[in-house]
Amino acid sequence: MTALVIAEHDNQVLKPSTLNTIAAALLCDPQVHVLVAGQNCAAVAQAAAQAAGVGKVLCADAPQLAAGLAEASAAQVLALAPSYSHILAPATAFGKNIAPRVAALLDVAQVSDIIHVQSPDTFDRPIYAGNAIATVQSSDKVLVITVRTTGFDPVAATGGTAEVSSVDAVADAGLSSLVGRETTKSERPELTAAKIIVSGGRGLGSKENFEAVMTPLADKLGAAMGASRAAVDAGYAPNDWQVGQTGKIVAPQLYVAVGISGAIQHLAGMKDSKVIVAINKDEEAPIFGVADYGLVADLFTAVPEMVKQL
Amino acid sequence: MKVLVAVKRVVDYNVKVRVKSDGSGIDTAGVKMSMNPFDEIAVEEAVRLKEKGAATEIVAVSCGVAACGETLRTAMAIGADRGVLVESEVELQPLAVAKLLKAVVEKEGAQLVILGKQAIDDDSNQTGQMLAALLGWSQATFASKVELDGTQAKVTREVDGGLETIAVKLPAVITTDLRLNEPRYVTLPNIMKAKKKPIDTLKPEELGVDVSPRLKTLKVAEPPKRGAGVKVPDVGTLVARLKTEAKVI
Repeated sequence: MTALVIAEHDNQVLKPSTLNTIAAALLCDPQVHVLVAGQNCAAVAQAAAQAAGVGKVLCADAPQLAAGLAEASAAQVLALAPSYSHILAPATAFGKNIAPRVAALLDVAQVSDIIHVQSPDTFDRPIYAGNAIATVQSSDKVLVITVRTTGFDPVAATGGTAEVSSVDAVADAGLSSLVGRETTKSERPELTAAKIIVSGGRGLGSKENFEAVMTPLADKLGAAMGASRAAVDAGYAPNDWQVGQTGKIVAPQLYVAVGISGAIQHLAGMKDSKVIVAINKDEEAPIFGVADYGLVADLFTAVPEMVKQL
Repeated sequence: MKVLVAVKRVVDYNVKVRVKSDGSGIDTAGVKMSMNPFDEIAVEEAVRLKEKGAATEIVAVSCGVAACGETLRTAMAIGADRGVLVESEVELQPLAVAKLLKAVVEKEGAQLVILGKQAIDDDSNQTGQMLAALLGWSQATFASKVELDGTQAKVTREVDGGLETIAVKLPAVITTDLRLNEPRYVTLPNIMKAKKKPIDTLKPEELGVDVSPRLKTLKVAEPPKRGAGVKVPDVGTLVARLKTEAKVI
């Protein structure tokens, strides 16, 4: 049989999360197809066809698929499902919204957030905010899976030569519609794809301080900006910057935690980073328990000093 | 409009869980259990809808062992009107819970279901979406703002890269994100009142649902330990070591 990957995109660009998902799919089955469901999304289908390891790209192009809404997207996947042994989506806000809907309609379990493929029916996945790793086996006829992107190195974005074929779009049930999006415009790298992340916590004390202290550091390092839940809840940083169990899961080359104490929910989102730096004035802060380099210091003097020395 | 809220009993979020030495699961003996924090937000949202006059009755549902009755009492102390306990000793996985909830929704004739986006124990993030699918309803997941407007709900969702607002036709399933609201503290008088509110107990068989697990947990292990590194004395040393030793900048 064959594995089907649900591509994440914005009708123009294929999101990098798709490449990590393809990598996981190839470990389940050497035959991988990619579904690009959207509107005027031919460029995305072409990009998916170039991804290494992809055998075929299916493109469903229709107005009801434009916004990636769960009801229409899941119906589209379901129409194609009988040909596949595995259906995979990235464990992002997009994939997590759609995949369980597909699984339920197929009357199969979903395996969420896998970080390792043991065999085509057996997977490792974190539970309890990553404080334990469960190995689970499915006996269902089709496996619906969401993939934690940090668990799999992406396949190469180019080099593939898959054919693109159109598939009929499923009729719109009209259950939901997009009203609008407020996306954070930023020149910085995307949080989940960044090589370096600087992340601020409650220790920053205010939104103004967060910007004044963290922005120069991010600029100097070419880093994405993140935040702890405490900082987001306090309004210091936007919600989509939240790193942690219920926010974004990241694993950059370098993660600089500034004024973050290190609640287990936060550690769950960043402890797979290659190198972790913690700057905190409380030497007992749990973040030092996972940091490769800890600096016990007042962040308001240490961070500007660091910016100067970089 | 009748609103149904689903609440799960989980290991309290402050507890540092331990993996059993035989690798069969998590040690929950003597561990503090609480309502899943996202479900608390769901109950609060339903109560606010009732206070605004948009909801007429709030039914809290919990699926699991008899002790889930305590979780229902907490939901009723926040403001749910009554409880339904679907009692089962079997490990209930998300698909089974979605099927049980579907049966209760149909029995109760609810028009809106609100539940947490994920439970902090198995971190699956599936049940709400599965329930919407099984009912053939629309879904609004990861909600940070909910406005009911006659035949539809306008819901702002927390998505990667910002916020998204969608309109979903009612009936619908809404799953809550962290910033939808801040649940009220339960007061002693409300805890006392909650004790008098009714709880119906049902069995999966009465609802005609097969709850057998579909996924088999082969083992549960500790994650690879990340050892603490070194403390550096000053910023100069930190920058130097990042450059020459870690080579990440």
